[in-house]
Amino acid sequence: MILLVLLGINLIASIALAFVGDRKYAPELNIFGSAATFAASIRLALKVYNHGPMLAANGFFFVDAFNVYLAVLTAFVSMTTAIFSRKYMRHERSHGKVGHKGMRFYHAMFQLFIFAMLLALLTNNIGVLWISMELATLSTVLLVSLYRTPSAVEAAWKYFILCGVGIAQALFGTVLLYFASEKIFGEGSRGLLWTNLSAVADKLEPTVLSLAFIFFIVGYGTKVGLVPLHNWLPDAHSEGPTPISAVLSGLLLNVALYALVRCKVLVDGATHSHKAGYIMMIFGLLSILVASFSLLRQKDIKRMFAYSSIEHMGIATFAFGLGGPVATFGGLLHMLVHSLTKSSIFFTVGHASQMHSTQEMSSIGGLIKGNPSVGWGFMLGVTAIAGLPPFGVFTSEFLILTAAIKDAPMFMPFFLLGLVIAFAALFRKVLPMVFGKPPSIQKPIKAAHLPVFIHMSLILVLGLYLPTFLSQWFHAAVVLLVR
Amino acid sequence: MNASFAAQINSILAAFILLTAFGLLVQRRVFGLLHIFAWQGLLLSISTAIVGYSAGLHHLYISAVLTLSLKVIVLPWILYVLIHRLKIHKEVEDMVNIPTTMLIGIALVIFSYHLTAPIRELSTLVTRSTLAVALATVMLGLLMMITRKKAVTQIIGFLAMENGLFFAATSATYGMPLVIEMGVALDILIAAFIFGIFFFQIRTTFDTLDLKAMEKLKEEE
Repeated sequence: MILLVLLGINLIASIALAFVGDRKYAPELNIFGSAATFAASIRLALKVYNHGPMLAANGFFFVDAFNVYLAVLTAFVSMTTAIFSRKYMRHERSHGKVGHKGMRFYHAMFQLFIFAMLLALLTNNIGVLWISMELATLSTVLLVSLYRTPSAVEAAWKYFILCGVGIAQALFGTVLLYFASEKIFGEGSRGLLWTNLSAVADKLEPTVLSLAFIFFIVGYGTKVGLVPLHNWLPDAHSEGPTPISAVLSGLLLNVALYALVRCKVLVDGATHSHKAGYIMMIFGLLSILVASFSLLRQKDIKRMFAYSSIEHMGIATFAFGLGGPVATFGGLLHMLVHSLTKSSIFFTVGHASQMHSTQEMSSIGGLIKGNPSVGWGFMLGVTAIAGLPPFGVFTSEFLILTAAIKDAPMFMPFFLLGLVIAFAALFRKVLPMVFGKPPSIQKPIKAAHLPVFIHMSLILVLGLYLPTFLSQWFHAAVVLLVR
Repeated sequence: MNASFAAQINSILAAFILLTAFGLLVQRRVFGLLHIFAWQGLLLSISTAIVGYSAGLHHLYISAVLTLSLKVIVLPWILYVLIHRLKIHKEVEDMVNIPTTMLIGIALVIFSYHLTAPIRELSTLVTRSTLAVALATVMLGLLMMITRKKAVTQIIGFLAMENGLFFAATSATYGMPLVIEMGVALDILIAAFIFGIFFFQIRTTFDTLDLKAMEKLKEEE
């Protein structure tokens, strides 16, 4: 029941916003819809926390510690993004960057996108997981091209084609998985339910599942933005409206990684080996290295943070590939803190580029003097994402590093090298933008402070101490993922 | 109709599907592509119906009808209308290295056979031998998207890939559960509307549907 409410709110809000269009209260309605979703997700989380994993609607939905925390995170970040987008999109609208139709489309698709991600997280059916991942892509494709500039259209086309091709590979993986499970369950949807599959994972044909995993990692890996499948990501993140960059970076990448990890659990069970884990570690490490070197060369501010997202998804993928309780715990925590930090950075970056009417980093300067809360919010966000204590990213990276030293020491130097280069690159680019004298092109704007403030305090709290309920939650998820 | 006869007919259909995939790879005219794509959908639909008949699975008839309506009627019709509206029906794409593309295509087919060999041994289905063809169709669609530089052509390559995936589902497992097939069909339909909008967006911003114009977003050295 609560599940239907949770999913229904977004769908209804999406349809309602399509009718409301560009009216004055549309952003407020958008916030209201997202807040209601967040409330429903908390309700669901409490239920799972008190009563353990639950199946619903004939096994169509399955909620356990792993996906419920991501669902709460998705609902939460979508709510804060909606709050941020109220002022941000009003500014864009008044500056003629987006028109009447564009606003209608933006609000409706924002809600549909959240719906698709929640469906992907909560469904138990591997096939429906694929369908909703594709729906999440399709609902954001035209948002990336919302501004209709040549580069925005190009970025959206690239996103559409590359993710379409990528995700088609994941469908082939799903077909292979169904082929293996059909031998045990026979015809019908039962053979695609994750709970059924994981119960009999050791009876699934290992050769078929190994092959399926290759297709899964190419397919869902494209959406996670793993190198060398990442080409669409910097373009889509830099050319779309900033609220969309925030949810793409903060949420969609997480959901794609979630799908990959769910598949990995099945493959591990079938093959009784660590093959899938090694593949993920190599992809993860490659992403960390390539992304951190690319950070050095960026000129566009949003593009730079898109590369930073690739780096952090690489870290999380590496952690899940490493396996073991500590690394998995670190990976789960990393998904959480990265999502909170990166969306917060995008909020401040959005305002910074509105103040200067450009995304070129060389033209942005003196943020702290120009708008102290945007400037400091940005500075603290970057400090957090670079992995400095006392923020949450430090904790998760430290955990992953500890596990890596123990289980995979030969990967360690590369991992550390990536982190150090990313750290240096970020600070080299960011310090001139934050400190110094504001350039003459800078204009004051109405900024949304609340979302940044909430996110940064949460990350600070997570860095200083992990609440008991959260650590218990992660422990439950670790038990599910590590066997 | 006994099982081996059905399997033989299915193999012939698979051969034809592979032929259409190669046809798509080298066809230069837009309408030619559209025709081949529709033929591929038709062959796919017939093959699905035959598998459904010989295995006695009625849900495959529904998939066959779904394929027929979507891949043979709706999508080609949408593309036809778009091509007319955009007035690109007379365009001929210049392609270099057709022989090389064909050779890479053949290599991909061999690779597909190699990759699916372990699965063929495990399967007991009459359709198992066609799985390699299905994977090859996916790969050839991918190759087409890489080698071609026109928006419409890339979309047809994308849809041909989707055909290959559908064919894989019928040949490896007698089709995915109906819910999933419906969902996938819905996604393709949404995608069709999106690329329709896209063609116009690209046309208005770049004055052409040639993707060579879209090379602005690159890493600067």
